[in-house]
Amino acid sequence: MDLWRIAWFTVLCASAATAIMLPAGVLIAWLLARRKFPGRTLVETIVSLPLVMPPVATGLILLMLLSRRGSIGGFLDRLGIDVVFTWKAVVLAMAIMGLPLLVRTARAGFEQVNERYERVAATLGAPPMRVFLTISLPLAWPSILGGAVLAFARALGEFGATIIVAGSIPGETRTLAVAIYSLAETGQDAQALRLVLVSMAIAFAALWTANWLAERRAA
Amino acid sequence: MIALDFELTQGTFSLVVAVTLDVRVAALFGPSGAGKTTILDAIAGLRTPPRGSIVIDDRVLFSSSTRVNVPPHQRRVGYVPQEVSLFPHMNVRRNLLYGRHPGSSPELDRVVSMLEIERLIDRRVTDLSGGERQRVALGRALMSGPSLLLLDEPLAAVDVPLRRRILPYLHRVRDELKVPIVYVSHDREEVDEFADTVVMLDNGRVTGVEHVAGAPRRV
Repeated sequence: MDLWRIAWFTVLCASAATAIMLPAGVLIAWLLARRKFPGRTLVETIVSLPLVMPPVATGLILLMLLSRRGSIGGFLDRLGIDVVFTWKAVVLAMAIMGLPLLVRTARAGFEQVNERYERVAATLGAPPMRVFLTISLPLAWPSILGGAVLAFARALGEFGATIIVAGSIPGETRTLAVAIYSLAETGQDAQALRLVLVSMAIAFAALWTANWLAERRAA
Repeated sequence: MIALDFELTQGTFSLVVAVTLDVRVAALFGPSGAGKTTILDAIAGLRTPPRGSIVIDDRVLFSSSTRVNVPPHQRRVGYVPQEVSLFPHMNVRRNLLYGRHPGSSPELDRVVSMLEIERLIDRRVTDLSGGERQRVALGRALMSGPSLLLLDEPLAAVDVPLRRRILPYLHRVRDELKVPIVYVSHDREEVDEFADTVVMLDNGRVTGVEHVAGAPRRV
């Protein structure tokens, strides 16, 4: 078993998931914080759903959507893209599971930005996009970054959705969490423990960073 | 020429304004809750009246009958709100340059020397005193090259000695840049010193328009 390879693969997938989440999450967070639109509560609820649903259930929904007979999977299949049981499924599962954490934290960040600044920027001639990029985004940035780190940490430990939609293929879709489960199940406790220590170290570093950012924000 | 003719309601408060002002400095004068700031918000486009019209010189900024509603960033109205809202993540220079408009903005050096803020230019806005912030906020509004300046109680937050120091800067803006000003105050002495026309407001209604004796009229 290649411990470092699994750790590296997990970190890479979680990073990719975070990179995908960021633009979508920031946009959703900003919409929820600043715009009133029909279906706002519905969007908020759907985004937060993975936070409270059994991850395995989320994984099953993803599997149904992404399998070749599923609505999204069928379309991707025609483009020659296979998602299920590949690293892409790992990234996607991580992104969906981490998104609520990013959206919630970033939204709070946008809400803390005094609307006065945005209004004044508009009267100074800045169109809405410029107001967003030069005022709202930089002022909410510490929260967005904190949320991204939290979502990244959540992605690192993702298990339930990953195992359903990506499986546990050694060298292809096996992440730290999935590997720990497989090893423990087959009685390789010592090996499993080594992976546990590695994932603890990574998670510790990520959470420490998130807390450090939060403290800087408060200061 | 500033022609205001609109109605706005907010909860139980209703504002009815119908005045035409052809002056350099018009003061909106009245007790708090009279609707002074609401009028400025409507001129700046931060609040949209359900019906009526707002015309500055020959530019129609808002007209419910012809469905014109120029967005705030295209109104070219320099707004200095009561609570100074310098962007906290930018230094003084970047604040001043935020609304710069090639062609219509005055030279930065001119505004900076007129307001005597040369030595503040590279400071963080959080390090400024109340009077300094007022001047920078005024400078920032001027740098956007406005065709009209809206000042919401620019002297209310500062103590009397400071007020005496800031008032001359307002006079300079009025006399040197020749930007028409709508000025909100509840201090009659200040109004008499600075404005040439006073619009009296009480409880959302215009109760009178007075020309200040001896004030120069714009022809």
